[in-house]
Amino acid sequence: MAEALLEVRQLSRRFAAVDALKDVNFSVDAGEVHALIGPNGAGKTTFIHHVSGALQPDSGSVHFAGRDVTSLAMHSRVAAGMARSYQITNVFLGLSALDNVALAVQGRQDAGTSFRFWKPVRREAALFEEARDYLAQVGLEHRVDTVAGNLAHGEQRALELAMALATQPKMLLLDEPMAGTGPEESARMVELIEHLARHVTILLVEHDMAAVFRLADRISVLVNGQLICTGEPEAVRANPEVRRAYLGDHL
Amino acid sequence: MAFYRPAAYQKPVAIALVIGLLALPTALTGLGQEFYIGFATRVLIFALAASSLNLLLGFGGMFSLGHAAFFGVGAYTAAICQQAGINEALIAFPLAMAFAGIFALAVGAISLRTRGVYFIMITLAFTQMAYYLAVSARSWGGDDGLPLVGRMTLAGISLADDTYFYFAAFFGLTVAMLFFSRLADARFGRVIQAIRENETRMEALGYPVFRYRLICFALGGALAGLAGALLANLTGLASPNLLLWTQSGTLLVMVIIGGVGYLYGGAVGALILLCLEEVLVGFTPHWHIALGLILLGVVLFAPKGVAALFGKKHG
Repeated sequence: MAEALLEVRQLSRRFAAVDALKDVNFSVDAGEVHALIGPNGAGKTTFIHHVSGALQPDSGSVHFAGRDVTSLAMHSRVAAGMARSYQITNVFLGLSALDNVALAVQGRQDAGTSFRFWKPVRREAALFEEARDYLAQVGLEHRVDTVAGNLAHGEQRALELAMALATQPKMLLLDEPMAGTGPEESARMVELIEHLARHVTILLVEHDMAAVFRLADRISVLVNGQLICTGEPEAVRANPEVRRAYLGDHL
Repeated sequence: MAFYRPAAYQKPVAIALVIGLLALPTALTGLGQEFYIGFATRVLIFALAASSLNLLLGFGGMFSLGHAAFFGVGAYTAAICQQAGINEALIAFPLAMAFAGIFALAVGAISLRTRGVYFIMITLAFTQMAYYLAVSARSWGGDDGLPLVGRMTLAGISLADDTYFYFAAFFGLTVAMLFFSRLADARFGRVIQAIRENETRMEALGYPVFRYRLICFALGGALAGLAGALLANLTGLASPNLLLWTQSGTLLVMVIIGGVGYLYGGAVGALILLCLEEVLVGFTPHWHIALGLILLGVVLFAPKGVAALFGKKHG
């Protein structure tokens, strides 16, 4: 078995009297696409926030690329190679697609240590050259100069991905990349993720079960803040506990 | 809010402004209106102070009510320098910037951990602390403030002459505005504006948001310190009133009238507010009422500020 890139140990988090997450043990192996599914309110987004560093756990730890990152801020985790996309499209609507990605490239290059006050950004050709590459990887090469606010929803989702890629992650954390997309856009997004999965490890949170079963090497199921099962897609599909949690409708 | 991008005509406009401002003292002397050289100097100094606040507010998205503190620290540094026998502006002014910047760094390190109303209140609290410190410091003149015995020298040349001092203030403002315009369009400016728009997203792109904000805050503080040192030289007094929160309010009003997030917003606002004050004071001691109405008009009819009417920002 491949080495675990991400390892979450005994993670717990309470919100008031509710156990949002309880003793979650979870790992993502290098090179795999690992999908996290679960009914609404199961704690998937809370879990993602703990992995990305937006929230701190009450107990337990998060290890990434062989190092304990539990106490690291989000931006340090990004620098360590963990990039995320958002469930709700979260790009800079007033900037062009190219500028959005350039901002991501710049974030990786500077890593918070270099501050440039003098040279106009527009004259930094290398920055934009690289940004173009990432746009091409997600099929937006024809939309380079379009203001992000004028992109179609599916294109904005793809732009999110390009920005995440520009941080050159070891692992991509995709929070519902198909959310709100139509069937055609979804199909394109699945293809895109399949393509990306050849180069990068992916942790995928998704409601679209057809997409999950097509993309995932392994699937974990979160119900009421507890991980009830992890395994290959067929095993998860057959698991009676999972069937009960979903009342059979999706699987 | 849109991102700053220099307009095509920005350079010619800037050059025309520089020429016009360079010729202003000669023109005023020719018209026999030397009195207004002092007034013009005051406008330049407040343009610098308001622009430094605009860097925080308009570009960094930090609504600070504590900007007067840095302005005041600059003024007191200049006066204390003179008291200590340093009468050379080339030493005193950089010191004023350094102390104001360091003070801003300390204030920012604490206040920038909060957001919204809390941030406003903490920055306000720091100015008030600085104010009461100045009022209670006997050796710095307490209530009366610390007077300067005369203007400083710049590279050995006395600034006692109003025209020379005007050029010194002009030079300070020009260098600061040049730095500001370059910064706004460079990587750093991009980042602080993007943080203003969406700080979580920037954090998720690997940017240490707090550090960027803090540096922006300290830069704004240092520039305000320079303005303070100039003002102390103009009026001959480092007054505790400079540290009062109402002074922060005045600077905020300038930025809002001029245009939040517009490169020239602070300067335009300073010009308008000081001119209004100059004109209205002649009619009534209750000129603040008229000012209030005008401010209301700006907010209602030009909510992006006067600079926005000239479209100095695109993108």
